[in-house]
Amino acid sequence: MSVITFTFYLFALATVAGGLFTVIARNPVHSVLWLILSFLSSAGLFVLLGAEFVALLLVIVYVGAVAVLFLFVVMMLDVDFAELRAEMAKYMPLALLIGVVILMQLGLAFGVWGYSEGYQERLAAPAVVEVQNTAALGLLIYDNYILLFQLAGLILLVAMIGAIVLTLRHRVDVKRQNVLQQMYRDPKKALEMRDVKPGQGL
Amino acid sequence: MAHFFTETGLGIFLMVIGQCLLVLVPLLVALAFLLYADRKIWAAVQLRRGPNVVGPFGLMQSFADFAKYLLKEVIVPAGADRTVFFLAPLLAFVFPIIAWSVVPLSDGWVLSNINIAILYIFAVSSLEVYGVIMGGWASNSKYPFLGSLRSAAQMISYEVSLGLIIIGIVISTGSMNLSSIVYAQDTGYGMLGWYWLPHFPMMFLFLISAMAETNRPPFDLPEAESELVAGYQVEYSSTPFLLFMIGEYVAMTLMCALVALLFLGGWLSPIPGLPDGALWMILKIILVFIVFAMTKSVVPRYRYDQLMRIGWKVFLPLSLGWVVLISFLARYEVLDHFWARWDRTAPVIEAQLTPEQETTIASAAPIDAVAEPVVQP
Repeated sequence: MSVITFTFYLFALATVAGGLFTVIARNPVHSVLWLILSFLSSAGLFVLLGAEFVALLLVIVYVGAVAVLFLFVVMMLDVDFAELRAEMAKYMPLALLIGVVILMQLGLAFGVWGYSEGYQERLAAPAVVEVQNTAALGLLIYDNYILLFQLAGLILLVAMIGAIVLTLRHRVDVKRQNVLQQMYRDPKKALEMRDVKPGQGL
Repeated sequence: MAHFFTETGLGIFLMVIGQCLLVLVPLLVALAFLLYADRKIWAAVQLRRGPNVVGPFGLMQSFADFAKYLLKEVIVPAGADRTVFFLAPLLAFVFPIIAWSVVPLSDGWVLSNINIAILYIFAVSSLEVYGVIMGGWASNSKYPFLGSLRSAAQMISYEVSLGLIIIGIVISTGSMNLSSIVYAQDTGYGMLGWYWLPHFPMMFLFLISAMAETNRPPFDLPEAESELVAGYQVEYSSTPFLLFMIGEYVAMTLMCALVALLFLGGWLSPIPGLPDGALWMILKIILVFIVFAMTKSVVPRYRYDQLMRIGWKVFLPLSLGWVVLISFLARYEVLDHFWARWDRTAPVIEAQLTPEQETTIASAAPIDAVAEPVVQP
């Protein structure tokens, strides 16, 4: 077994195990940590495929930002686990049904897949090409898919503005600090220098 | 013998381990003296003597501290989540250290010369926040938790501006390889050719963001002792605490190295004619470290809302605007090659498509109207 095959199975196992424990972990914070392991391992799989740029984007976006926010929210939740588990038992049949339906759909979709010619050479080996990931992606995105790329950016921008508008509210009952006003205050008006004699005080 | 180390599997494995140790051991030893320097500078500013008992001039102080941390008892709080509690300092220690594998100390002196080195460092430094969050949560105590929440918000905020500043440098260079970035600064004018001049205001933004990203004073709010005792580290003792501290200092030296590579020309000599080499790189790292240490000792701690304000309302718009400006300056080659240095990155790995790949990319694209990939960057 070559090093690459071994690494592939290591990362694949970690990804699957991470996904599994995300679902069955009792503590939600542990769930998020397993999810992070799953993300990191899939980044490793991308590296094995030679897609290092995508791998690092996965780490930066999902592990570095999204999962941190997950963790942030989950850590602050005050969840009653016993009650949650009772709730879960109630919805178990429905969840099982949905799961089976999705599994069947996936089976139908992937069942008809076949291998393309010469797949043996491409198995679990990085595609060694003399082109940088970043340059190749840049050429594709900015030459051929520029419209779609811009549209995706626009959608994200609208989503961001929407989130800000939804959560923006001006409360009048709290005392606010105006940083600019604080910064531009004249020290001469705020401070008074007094010469204190020893033993006398003010 | 040479055959064994370059051809056989075991030999290559031993070589890689040896190279890793060659980076790791000097880094950790240097760290001991940087810690000492940090304390000495801090003491000098406050008219104190600083550590001066262990060894000549107190030089062995860090090693004495090291022994003390190792030999003390490890205390785990009763309500702590044991696994996460011990995982956190390990992560805080490992992540900054693995980032050093792509930092070139001199021409070719690098463990892993990958094409997206700067992205890798950025990714790894965005993972550093986990050590802090997990440590704060697993301690199951109020102050550590508050400290870790502060830290999460702070580190995410400043990553944004760090990333945008790095994008400016990448646009100027046309490559994400750290060696390429240094080559692009080799203009023959010595220190005038380095990126601190074309990217002038961004260097200071980067320094300040780096201080916030590594939780250094004046932005050490996750461990503000006047408010949170010691923040996320309150419940840690002995070796886990040591790992947290080493991790913090390694992250800081990494940021120093990054400033040296991105803005101060890496291993290039400041005066044309003098030989380039690793010595310059080390001197630059130490110089930036002294800036960090001086800032720690002369600037008072920020208030948390002020920190968030300059992160989101000052640094983010400034660095975003700078990226747009740099794109224009580089695209239209203002001042010849002052901002656009795409011609000088050749020695590493060229981004070029072979004719077959070109056709593959073109045929993979459904929109054929614009399918004329520009191959030469």
